[in-house]
Amino acid sequence: MATSVDPIVTRNIGNPESWTLRSYLDHGGYEGLRRALKMSPEEVQSEVDKANLLGRGGAGFPAGRKWSMLRKASPSYLVVNGDESEPATFKDHMLMEEDPHQIIEGTLITAYAIGAAQAFIYVRGEFALGIERMTSALNEAYAHGAVGHRIFDSDFSIDVVIHPGAGAYICGDETALLESLEGKRGFPRIKPPYFPAVMGLYGAPTIVNNVETMSNVPWIILNGGEAFAAMGEAQATGTRLFAVSGHVVKPGNYEVELAKNTFRDLIYDPRYGAGIRGGNQLKAFIPGGASSFWFGPERLDMPLDETKVKGEGGSMMGSGSVIAMDENMCMVRASWRLVRFFQRESCGQCTPCREGSSWLEKIMRRIENGAGRTDDLDLLLDVCDNISPGVQWPSKWPPNMTTICPLGPSIPPPIVSAIGMFRDEFLVHIKEGACPYG
Amino acid sequence: MADAASGEKTSVTITVDGREIEAKPGEMIIAAAERHGVYIPRFCYHPRMRPVGMCRMCLVEVVGPRGPMLSPACFVPVADGQVVNTETPGVKKAQDGVLEFLLANHPLDCPVCDKGGECPLQDQTFAFGPGETRFVEEKRHWEKPISLSALVQLDRERCIQCDRCTRFADEVAGDALIEFVGRGAEIEINTFPDEPFSSYFSGNTVQICPVGALLAAPYRFRARPWDLEQVESTCQACAFGCRIAVQSSNDKLTRYLGLDSDPVNHGWLCDKGRFSYEAVNSALRLGHPLVRSGSSLAAASWSEALDAAAQGLSDARTTFGAESVAVIGGARLANEDAYAWAKLAKGVLGTDSVDCQLGDGLPPEVVVGLPRATIDEACSASSVVLLAPDIKEALPVLYLRLRAAAVDGKTKIIELSPCSTGLTRYAAAVVGYAPGEAAAAARALAGAEPAGGNDAVEAARAMLGDRPVVVLGRPSVAESAQSIVEAAGVLAQLPGVRFLSALRRGNVHGAIDAGLAPGLLPGRVSLNSAGDWFSRHWGSVPATAGLDTAGILAAAAAGNVHGLVLLGADPLSDFPDQQLARRALERASFVVAVDTFLNDSVQHADVVLPAATFAERPGTTTNIEGRITRLGQKITAPEVAWPDWMIAVELAARLEADLGFFSMEEISEEMERLAPAFAGVTSELLASRPYRDGVVIPLREFPSPTRPTTVDSTADPMSTPGVLHADDQGPTEPVPAADDEGDEVEVSPSEVPGSDGGANRPPLLEWDGRVEPVTLPKPDAYALRLVVGRKLYDRGVLVQMSPALAPLAAPPVLRAHPSDLDRLGVKSGGQVRLRSARLSATIEVQADPHQRRGTASVPYNVPGLDTGALLRADEPVTEIAIETL
Repeated sequence: MATSVDPIVTRNIGNPESWTLRSYLDHGGYEGLRRALKMSPEEVQSEVDKANLLGRGGAGFPAGRKWSMLRKASPSYLVVNGDESEPATFKDHMLMEEDPHQIIEGTLITAYAIGAAQAFIYVRGEFALGIERMTSALNEAYAHGAVGHRIFDSDFSIDVVIHPGAGAYICGDETALLESLEGKRGFPRIKPPYFPAVMGLYGAPTIVNNVETMSNVPWIILNGGEAFAAMGEAQATGTRLFAVSGHVVKPGNYEVELAKNTFRDLIYDPRYGAGIRGGNQLKAFIPGGASSFWFGPERLDMPLDETKVKGEGGSMMGSGSVIAMDENMCMVRASWRLVRFFQRESCGQCTPCREGSSWLEKIMRRIENGAGRTDDLDLLLDVCDNISPGVQWPSKWPPNMTTICPLGPSIPPPIVSAIGMFRDEFLVHIKEGACPYG
Repeated sequence: MADAASGEKTSVTITVDGREIEAKPGEMIIAAAERHGVYIPRFCYHPRMRPVGMCRMCLVEVVGPRGPMLSPACFVPVADGQVVNTETPGVKKAQDGVLEFLLANHPLDCPVCDKGGECPLQDQTFAFGPGETRFVEEKRHWEKPISLSALVQLDRERCIQCDRCTRFADEVAGDALIEFVGRGAEIEINTFPDEPFSSYFSGNTVQICPVGALLAAPYRFRARPWDLEQVESTCQACAFGCRIAVQSSNDKLTRYLGLDSDPVNHGWLCDKGRFSYEAVNSALRLGHPLVRSGSSLAAASWSEALDAAAQGLSDARTTFGAESVAVIGGARLANEDAYAWAKLAKGVLGTDSVDCQLGDGLPPEVVVGLPRATIDEACSASSVVLLAPDIKEALPVLYLRLRAAAVDGKTKIIELSPCSTGLTRYAAAVVGYAPGEAAAAARALAGAEPAGGNDAVEAARAMLGDRPVVVLGRPSVAESAQSIVEAAGVLAQLPGVRFLSALRRGNVHGAIDAGLAPGLLPGRVSLNSAGDWFSRHWGSVPATAGLDTAGILAAAAAGNVHGLVLLGADPLSDFPDQQLARRALERASFVVAVDTFLNDSVQHADVVLPAATFAERPGTTTNIEGRITRLGQKITAPEVAWPDWMIAVELAARLEADLGFFSMEEISEEMERLAPAFAGVTSELLASRPYRDGVVIPLREFPSPTRPTTVDSTADPMSTPGVLHADDQGPTEPVPAADDEGDEVEVSPSEVPGSDGGANRPPLLEWDGRVEPVTLPKPDAYALRLVVGRKLYDRGVLVQMSPALAPLAAPPVLRAHPSDLDRLGVKSGGQVRLRSARLSATIEVQADPHQRRGTASVPYNVPGLDTGALLRADEPVTEIAIETL
């Protein structure tokens, strides 16, 4: 079923010194911006609307619709989220290191379309090379006249700031990111107001978009929204960059056409994951990053279409990270490692996540270390239920939550999936008082 | 429901658990539900702070377009037609889950926790939680406790991260000195390195902590809540009048907690007020009378001491005339005490030289005779003009109210000041002036003089608006009162202006209103206009106005005072001319001191009479806005100390006079009947629940209308943990049942001043605004004009006799403008010699760019500098020189 289309966001990757302005210009760089500046902001927005570009950060909200929700008030801001921090998620990482100009160009076009007074690109603090390349690209873009006062001799002026994060996963949540940008603790904001488009950075209307979303924008302007929408299917248009990892032969970032490709393609196609290492069997895979419910091999033929992954699968494509696990993997350990990540990254603001994550991690660790009790499985599921009421296996989308932000309901999926699919493995751990995988 | 005039909605209807209720637009579900009897459990929500929705205890189901969704009731505003479920199985499960999470890492050390017994976490666990824990893992551990400041300790193991303390510090106090540190389960509250939580308001965080994480050092391990008895009262540490719950155990005070009085303190207290109960408990309190025997004071019985006192005063009066007798002090007294003493002094001893102020305030006719504003009116005025001491130091909770009003944009602060104060950073405009020149600054602000291109003055003038409120007090005791009076006279001409007094000492306003001031008689009337009325009822009053404290001390120093009563006064510490005060006390032939401690001035006395003080006697008190509230008695006075009114009655009896009353009740009844401003203020009125916040006198209507409260926190046991139940804070003694309906309080309309029945009463005093202009000395290029203000923690007895507070009184620092220091070749941070005509002292100096050039500030009455010895009562300003050592 695997289809082959020309890549969009990775089209420049592989060019010599693809991160430099010279290389970018050699490959048609900033033409999208030049074209956009000749269009009206409404026309730009309408192209993106036609493309039906869904946000690539995880929530999958249509970018054009988000822009149209921007409260009309001056000033308004554009914030680009490059705080990619989840385990096994490394697509934005690559885009920022290899093609920073494309992100900046997308940012400028978007800023023009929404009339932003200033744009901020928030880059995960640990991405040393990414920060360096984004910063020098921005300096080049300023020198090139693409950023700053009256860019490319148009009437539009815009400043862009690169803001390195300080090492907190939670700042990937858009409202925590805004707090962090404002110089405060990275605590997600509580709703209402429900959208930064109404009240965002410094209380002003703000659009927050993901790095990959921005990377799509120049192509859409150059080739038209319809060309983008022609790829994939109705609710899953264009291509998407997937970070494939785990026990595959060829871990890496692969850009594939949505809806026309399946998880099987990503994991088994020789151009992508190229199958499970050592010819092993796929035991389970995580379809959409650490916070998504797991899939067994029976879901391999699910198309890469968010609507289906959520509706039929009860999971999500989320952050675009696909993790394959083979038969040698201890599912208790895999689940514990993911929970430990959330426990360490919980911001501590609200009770269920702060206390629940650490409690769940302690129980999981105990089971993995052979000190589990039979009652622990019900306890785990009930504690999960207190963070994400109604959470169950098989899973359902969307999850409920008792927490302020979605980090809370991100904790149960690895546990509920592992118990749901591999309850016996837990029982063996408990009965034998040790991990059977050693 | 809609306001017919504006068309704006005045209420919305929501459905809570199937019942339709009315809610105010914009309020949160939690508040609307609570008012209608549906109590939603909570920890982080506090009615006086912005909601944060962090603890998640108040999760309820709000039915939205996508069906019922769990939402925090403290964070979702009501909306017309909204449907809220608080008792579904889903809600219960979520709430139980949150409680279990909170308890997971909470140490169950309730038996040794101060909060045990009054702990919201404990209470809600009993009410909602499961009986047993499923948490079998190792709990989180922290060193316990750590000190956040000298007064507040933190047990991080108990903390549930509700953000109440940090929010209070940032939002309410403006001292963002504590913050969350770390993340996830390792999150903690802490201070910044090397910066303690040295806020004047730190004790409030202990009070609002919903667990035993924040602990008051003076209270820690001292009592169990169920052993405490309590009564409502009004703090007397300053004149703002914060309502408090006075709690005691074994006849000793153990704690004060702030009560939420909507017109006054909103539940907050300053640390001086909160911890000053230690001074009441002090072992150094005077417990029995003393009579001079040679060079020392010896214990005596009450009858010996009263006989001696009466004899001395009587001799002075007989030999030298009534004008040779004088009374200084009275701000420590309850209103009824003050009335009894006014009647003794003016009606029996026959002297009008009676002054409850100590030369550091303002003339009484100015205090009572200007149109007055309430605290609420000040906080919602078009502008607030500050011509007052540093409000943060003098009236700390007024600082909180004004700060909040300025931060919320409800008013604009215009500060007239020679130096920076706590409110300067919140002021919309600052008009600086040199000491002695307040009137010129006022004239410029009022537009009586051209601004002369001064942008600050122009800006301030534009902000005044049509209903400004002037907060009026003495910005500096080194600047004569006359100068401020002149400025007040100018500001009184502003259209729509009203005044809020910033006199700071305890019940000074009650004492003035009760007649302990020269030229005044009880009830805010002048001796001139009310002399006949009081002569008729009292028998006699002095024919002419007497002297104020400065006059009395000058007369005494000249050998013309032969009977001096110090009524809770320590002029040696407080009168801004120590030399004069010393000469006066040394030369006064006979001194009676009525006091609670043997302070420097009292040691000069011939007879010392021990008085009962705060929490040891009932009565009423009056705050800066003229609000009368009840004082509660909770403990007995030490040894044989008496209430001040009783001392007055007994002294009068020995002077062969009958004051005509034998109880507080009878005094209160006489005041209501005779003192015009007190008309209608009966003890029944004050004891009835609608008037628990007291009444502002003079009453304009009968009965005084009750005001709607903006926050009814009395219904919420979480907003003030430790205050048992609102119903338990009843009056100290049984009063006739007064229902929640104000109109059941019987006040005869015939007693309304100005109505037919009250026509005979003398009119309330109005100040005529007449002032003598101040003549200033010629400027001296080498001299700095001195600004002297008080600090919250000083050498006063309340601080010094409270072991927790005494160490907080900081050594003095002289502040001057950096350019002046440069000019004089003095380095900031070093020691300098300060010289005045009277004194030379060594002091640390700090550059302060907010200090007006040509002036210098030093604090008053702090350890390390006898500021009072620098000053001369007869100089309009004081000039000093500073030089390097």
